[in-house]
Amino acid sequence: MSDSFNKLPARSRFAAAGAGLVVQNRFASADNKGKVSGVLFLSVMLLALTISLVAITAILAWAFVEGRTRLDLDLIFNGPSTVNRATAGFSVAIQGTLQIIAGVIAIIIPLGAGAALYLEQFADKTKWWNRLIELNIQNLAGVPSIVFGILGLAFFVRAPFNLGLVAAAGSATIALLVLPTVILASREAIKAVPSSILEGSLALGATRWQAVWLQVLPAAVPGMLTGVILAVARAIGEAAPLLLVGALTFVTFPPNFFEGGYSALPVLIYQYAGRPQEEFQILAAAGVLLMLVVLFVINSFAIWLRARYERTW
Amino acid sequence: MSSSVVSARSGARRVSLRAEHPHYGEKVIIAFLFIAAVISVAVTTAIVLALLQPLPRFFSEISIVEFFTATEWSPGFARPQYGVIPIVVGTLMVVVTALSVAIPLGLLSAIYLSEYAPEGVRKTIKPILEVLEGIPTVAVGLFAFFWLRPFIEYLTPWLPWGGLFSTGVAGIAVGLIIVPLISSVADDAMRSVPRALREGAYALGAGKMRVALRVVVPAAFSGIIAAFVLGASRAVGETMVVLLVAGAGSPQLNFNPFEGIQTMTAYIASRATGEIAVGSIVYDTIFAVGALLFTITLAMNMLAIRFVNRFREVYD
Amino acid sequence: MNVPIGEETVPNEVFTLKDVSVYYGANLAVQNVNLPVYENEITALIGPSGCGKSTILRSLNRMNDLIPGAKVTGEVLYHGQDVYGSDVDPVQVRKTIGMVFQKPNPFPKSIFENIAFGPKTLGVKGNMDDIVEQALRGAALWDEVKDRLKDNAFGMSGGQQQRLCIARAIAVQPEVILMDEPCSALDPVSTFKIEDLMNELKKDYTIVIVTHNMQQAARVADRTAFFTVASDDAAGSRIGVLVEHDKTDKIFSSPANQKTLDYVTGRFG
Repeated sequence: MSDSFNKLPARSRFAAAGAGLVVQNRFASADNKGKVSGVLFLSVMLLALTISLVAITAILAWAFVEGRTRLDLDLIFNGPSTVNRATAGFSVAIQGTLQIIAGVIAIIIPLGAGAALYLEQFADKTKWWNRLIELNIQNLAGVPSIVFGILGLAFFVRAPFNLGLVAAAGSATIALLVLPTVILASREAIKAVPSSILEGSLALGATRWQAVWLQVLPAAVPGMLTGVILAVARAIGEAAPLLLVGALTFVTFPPNFFEGGYSALPVLIYQYAGRPQEEFQILAAAGVLLMLVVLFVINSFAIWLRARYERTW
Repeated sequence: MSSSVVSARSGARRVSLRAEHPHYGEKVIIAFLFIAAVISVAVTTAIVLALLQPLPRFFSEISIVEFFTATEWSPGFARPQYGVIPIVVGTLMVVVTALSVAIPLGLLSAIYLSEYAPEGVRKTIKPILEVLEGIPTVAVGLFAFFWLRPFIEYLTPWLPWGGLFSTGVAGIAVGLIIVPLISSVADDAMRSVPRALREGAYALGAGKMRVALRVVVPAAFSGIIAAFVLGASRAVGETMVVLLVAGAGSPQLNFNPFEGIQTMTAYIASRATGEIAVGSIVYDTIFAVGALLFTITLAMNMLAIRFVNRFREVYD
Repeated sequence: MNVPIGEETVPNEVFTLKDVSVYYGANLAVQNVNLPVYENEITALIGPSGCGKSTILRSLNRMNDLIPGAKVTGEVLYHGQDVYGSDVDPVQVRKTIGMVFQKPNPFPKSIFENIAFGPKTLGVKGNMDDIVEQALRGAALWDEVKDRLKDNAFGMSGGQQQRLCIARAIAVQPEVILMDEPCSALDPVSTFKIEDLMNELKKDYTIVIVTHNMQQAARVADRTAFFTVASDDAAGSRIGVLVEHDKTDKIFSSPANQKTLDYVTGRFG
């Protein structure tokens, strides 16, 4: 293609290239070839899609088949035990996860909503520091979870927070891990509120804060809540960062948030799976099943919430 | 129209001076919001600080050249070696395998969802695909270890399987995890291609496949590349699956997919949960490898963002 | 207020615009507007699209502040005080100069809460039920909704929603009501209802309305200001300018400017 062609805007170039190919094709061999390869292509794509869907089913099926014999109440109410293998359970880990999640929620709601409100409604978007903050959040969302574990180890377990290898450290670590996603989701929720609501409030003589707090935020809450719930769902399944902040010790007693050892559901599953006895492997699968059921409930709730409060403006 | 307007505005006209209520309370609130936003910067700073802080101490004992070029990684051993290449290769093997699974599956799914699927099908399938992304990685790892590996071994008995761990299977499992990510980013990219481009080709008699492959995919190219890079970055950072399926590997370089291997992430996890003295060289390897991991994923994410921005530039 | 008009009194000037120009960033949108707005009158701003009528309207209550890069030069005097003075709080400005928008924008709340929002937020003391009723009566909406004040505002028809927005605006007891093409999204029946309402409202408020519809201006406005676009093809810019302003019947029957005559007789626009 000539040099002047390359100077055209991209969309024109693509359109021209596409058109050129199509015309060439018309003068090429008959249409039947096109039909067959079209059908073939469709089958290949559907195959690809099916493989992914089958993988999901396989994982669920494996967990069920492998773990179904241990779907009893002991699973939830008994603690870990190396001696009573047939009746060992996840109680300690469940409590640990609940404590961790409680801390996560307490952190991400104010910080996430606050940051999102600031960035969407109060920040001067031309100022460089605001753009830096935005870039930052985008980058943080892509940092591997284990690096957050290192952060927790360095800052929460040791100085300056010096919490030690406790549930609080795990909670703070996980909270920071999911915070970028909460901020991104909250921003979307706030953006979705039409500016006419803000304008209407301001036109009545409300200050910007009054307009945001009394009209924009309430309208954005369902969306923000959905973001928080999905963050919680993610937090429940995170094991890697917790490995680094102390959740791996084989704990048999209920955890105290600020003292002593603790465990969490995915971490205990990982520990059970590492033991040679078959009872523990079944227990691990049952734990996976338990976790998947909980996640299913949470995600369904989030979907219901989104559907219920979805507003067409 | 009878409106009994009982006017409450009587007497003095409100020609009030525009007195300014200082709104101090609000300024304080907004300052708090600003602080919340700044926390994100604080977090990044904290990560960088945490990773960098032990490095001067570490690299005063271990030469940087050795770190990056030696090919044995055995920090805890009696005669320790600190060449990081084996675990980097480990990560690379997993990522390459993962991409070779996820790119075809993800891209083909994306093309179908974007160009072929009717709206109802699309609305059902997309969330279902996302389930794959939402399954905790420890569950995927266990599934891969207890079921997938034996299954693949059963299908291919002629391959030299041996031992408990397999880098290849770990790569496949990680690949499955990143399919939804690649699929949704590529799908977004393709759907952003203006209809006019497609319609021009259709109007000239092109079939759907030709339009999808020769017009839409090239047009969405940078967005699709961004999808791949993001998927790769996610694969680099995956920990639980490789811990469970690829195991701990050996200190030397190993390119065998039928044996276990240690990735950077698995090294960090196993080292940090072992018995170690804080402040020792071995402890510091956690941070050295962590810094390397962080730098690699940061570079990949920024690359992906640049691709996305270049893509947006073309069509906005 | 209700100044008895026995003799020919000159009404008070509520707004005086002196050489007002509005810039969006580097682009000049409207240039050198000089315009008075008189108390208890309906002043209409008419003209073809893009001539800056809405821009000028929004500069009266500092709604242009919301647009990044918007700048107003000249003086917008409200009872002699510059609305853009350095010690002026835009929030106070908007308390006394209210606005109704082109597309009705009720809050996603009940009718009652929509009206009550303004007074509550502004700290107006008094029985909220009474305030809401007064405002709804003032907007000729009370009889239609008095039994369903708790219903969501979105359930109302377009015309009702716009009257709700008017009620919402008068609930905070402004002196001025600005209306930016208030009827353009409504059906003719609702339009006439609102035009009737405007005639009632002007007894207590000063109204400035932007309208695309010349006939509407002819029907309701006491004074009319005609804007047009001055295009500078060399610079490639379109700048809004005020051509003339006068009593409505003069503008429509014997305007001073040929361009005005062309517009109102439909020869262009």
